[in-house]
Amino acid sequence: MFKTIKDLPRDEYLAPGHRLCAGCTVGTAVRQILKASGGNVVVVTATSCLEVSTSYFPQTAWRVPWIHLGFENSAAVAAGIESALKALRKKGKSNEDFHVMVISGDGGTFDIGIQALSGALERGHDLLYICYDNEAYMNTGIQRSSATPYAAATTTSPPGARSIGQRTHKKDLVGIAIAHGIPYAATACPSYPIDLMNKVRKGLDVEGPSLLHVLTPCTTGWRFDPSLGIEIGRLAVLTGLWPLYEVDRGVTRLTVQVPKREPVRKYLELQGRFKHISENEINKIQEIADKNAEKFGLGPIKE
Amino acid sequence: MKRVALSGNYAVAYAVKMADVDVIAAYPITPQTPIVEKLSEFVADGLLDAEYINVESEHSALSACIGSSLTGARTFTATSSQGLAYMHEVLFMASSLRTSIVMANVNRALSHPLNIWNDHSDAMAERDVGWIQFWVNSVQEAFDATIQAFKIAEEVLLPVMINLDGFILSHINEVLILPDEELVREFIPSKPLFNRLSPKLAYTIGVVGPPEYYYEMRYQIIDAIERSRKNINEVNREFGELFGRTYGNISTYMMEDADYALITMGAVSSTAKIVVDSLRKEGEKVGLISIRCFRPFPKNDIIEVFEDVKSIGVLDRALTPGGIGHPLFTEIVTTLYDSSKIIPVQSFVGGLGGRDITIDDFKQMYKIIKDVGLSGRRKPCIYIGLRE
Amino acid sequence: MKSWKELPIGAMIIEPGNSIEYNVAQWRVFRPVLDKNKCTKCGLCWIFCPEGAIVRNEDESYEVNLSFCKGCGICQRSCNVKAITMIKEEGL
Ligand SMILES: Cc1ncc(C[n+]2csc(CCOP(=O)(O)OP(=O)(O)O)c2C)c(N)n1
Ligand SMILES: [Mg+2]
Repeated sequence: MFKTIKDLPRDEYLAPGHRLCAGCTVGTAVRQILKASGGNVVVVTATSCLEVSTSYFPQTAWRVPWIHLGFENSAAVAAGIESALKALRKKGKSNEDFHVMVISGDGGTFDIGIQALSGALERGHDLLYICYDNEAYMNTGIQRSSATPYAAATTTSPPGARSIGQRTHKKDLVGIAIAHGIPYAATACPSYPIDLMNKVRKGLDVEGPSLLHVLTPCTTGWRFDPSLGIEIGRLAVLTGLWPLYEVDRGVTRLTVQVPKREPVRKYLELQGRFKHISENEINKIQEIADKNAEKFGLGPIKE
Repeated sequence: MKRVALSGNYAVAYAVKMADVDVIAAYPITPQTPIVEKLSEFVADGLLDAEYINVESEHSALSACIGSSLTGARTFTATSSQGLAYMHEVLFMASSLRTSIVMANVNRALSHPLNIWNDHSDAMAERDVGWIQFWVNSVQEAFDATIQAFKIAEEVLLPVMINLDGFILSHINEVLILPDEELVREFIPSKPLFNRLSPKLAYTIGVVGPPEYYYEMRYQIIDAIERSRKNINEVNREFGELFGRTYGNISTYMMEDADYALITMGAVSSTAKIVVDSLRKEGEKVGLISIRCFRPFPKNDIIEVFEDVKSIGVLDRALTPGGIGHPLFTEIVTTLYDSSKIIPVQSFVGGLGGRDITIDDFKQMYKIIKDVGLSGRRKPCIYIGLRE
Repeated sequence: MKSWKELPIGAMIIEPGNSIEYNVAQWRVFRPVLDKNKCTKCGLCWIFCPEGAIVRNEDESYEVNLSFCKGCGICQRSCNVKAITMIKEEGL
């Protein structure tokens, strides 16, 4: 278990020089994830910001084996790698031993990749699937996904005379994963590195499929100053909009308590994607946070 | 070695078992399903030591196969029709990432209308994906091509697709020689392939290829498939030495002195042969060519047998709507353009969606080919058996 | 530039982490300056930096490697004791 920042490994498995936007918290998240992995891991990534920014030929930011095929199939590719390793070891054709991990975006997970993900979880492959969630298709220019939160503006859920922005609510990815009967799933955020990294360890160490849903605030798509990504992630947690919890073999546990919640307004105000919303929408979003608080046992709103 | 009666599907499944594959990822679809059922059985009974991934789609089947092959496992999948079409984008990835996947594609028509019966639309729609494509004429060939495919795929680092006609080959029992497993193992030893995903190497695979590199990267496929011609011939020769059977890139029947030739692919050639025999008895100098290796296309083999031919007919079992010609016709005409000879080529389409091509149909085709040869003028494509 | 024969097969990149050769420093508008006297060595800037541009030394002291810094300012924001200031790059 990692307890303090000093416990965290020095090794960097995501090299500098990647082309993620300045202030992109996906860079932070992946650095933390790979540190926690210890480097003995094969990573599969779906087509996404992370993919294009880290593998632009002839340069790679990856210091671990990494593979990208398409947008919708990262879970299937990972399943193939895991099965191959299993078969080769069983038949005495290989003595290699490594973990298999997916790091894919919300579009590649919630939308186009959910079928492959469901298949991989259901079949019980020993792999950790990490969805980094920047709440839209950022690589193609901020189009909505089914992870985009209620009322947020994207280029395909624009606010207008007849639109409040995104009409729908975010899917419950951890709930979907757990419904497959997998042993471990959790939410995380790079603003809470120790929490995130311990969850990566748990996910890797557990036998069978595990899933991590990581919120990664996006300076470009959410429209906030590049220096604010980590603080916005923290506010997502402190408002109750992004409760940090895990479901470990059926037991749900809050991993970061919020004794006094911030009002959601504080989180929304910092982001251009919510600039257009009215009191009515703010109240509805507050209700989402309140429901989360009730469900996971977070504290009351600060006076 | 023993003689047994097996369907084409089972012959493929036995070949895959004898190849001692490590990973199978496949999804059921008629008429391919018996292959994956048989393989599941082999695995369940402990006769084949492989990981069988019950994927949720063909897209995932081939995606998993790529992950598996790059990890160094001998990898197999099988599909048909809609399943192959569903794999479309992944087919490109399998070749450009230089995997050694072997796939059986049991040829079936594409929707709509939904049709489970045989034609060649599925594989013809995937001509340009960078896979080696074999087309077999018999159950024995289905078995042998599968065994050869593993060796070729692992030598040239390109995936290989074996096409066998749905129902006609896939479901009909024929007697074949099933070699001893040790002999197959001698031909394709059960070794792990190079693991390109090893943490010891930390390679990055599946990169962004910007305009200044994409072209060169894609050209590597052209180079690899061109060079595969040599491997295909060599593997076939080695196969002959061990098993006593060889196959050319094309198979010919009565072509030595033929004036009029018909070109086909797949199992219809057996009906065509009957017609050749009967026309020969009537004194007609007709012959038959069946393309076994469609990718890479055996241009030189074809030009050689055309030496003294007066006219040619090409039977396509797939459509290229709005094109200048249907797929096989286009290949043949292009082949001839590069030879010094000018031979009229008549285009035929037939046998779509499982429609029979009868003995009379073949007779009619040969008659037309002869007319074209005599007049020197070909007609627009003739749709054999189409109700006007 | 490499010919098709010289490129690794399957367009792989076989030098792990060679992105360090790519110049991201030119993206920068503001440069972080770390005041070592104020620094409490908490490590937050290091673990939050999206780039890995903060160097954590063996003695647990920290410094900025400017060749890897895009100037986002996350380090400054994460510093509780205000040991990091963002200074505009000259000539911009
Ligand atoms: C089959 C397919 N459809 C669409 C695309 C285009 N595409 C590439 S990345 C992407 C969005 C990725 O979104 P997400 O998974 O959320 O990752 P992000 O870029 O936001 O990090 C889209 C739509 C594609 N590459 N492949
Ligand atoms: Mg996204």
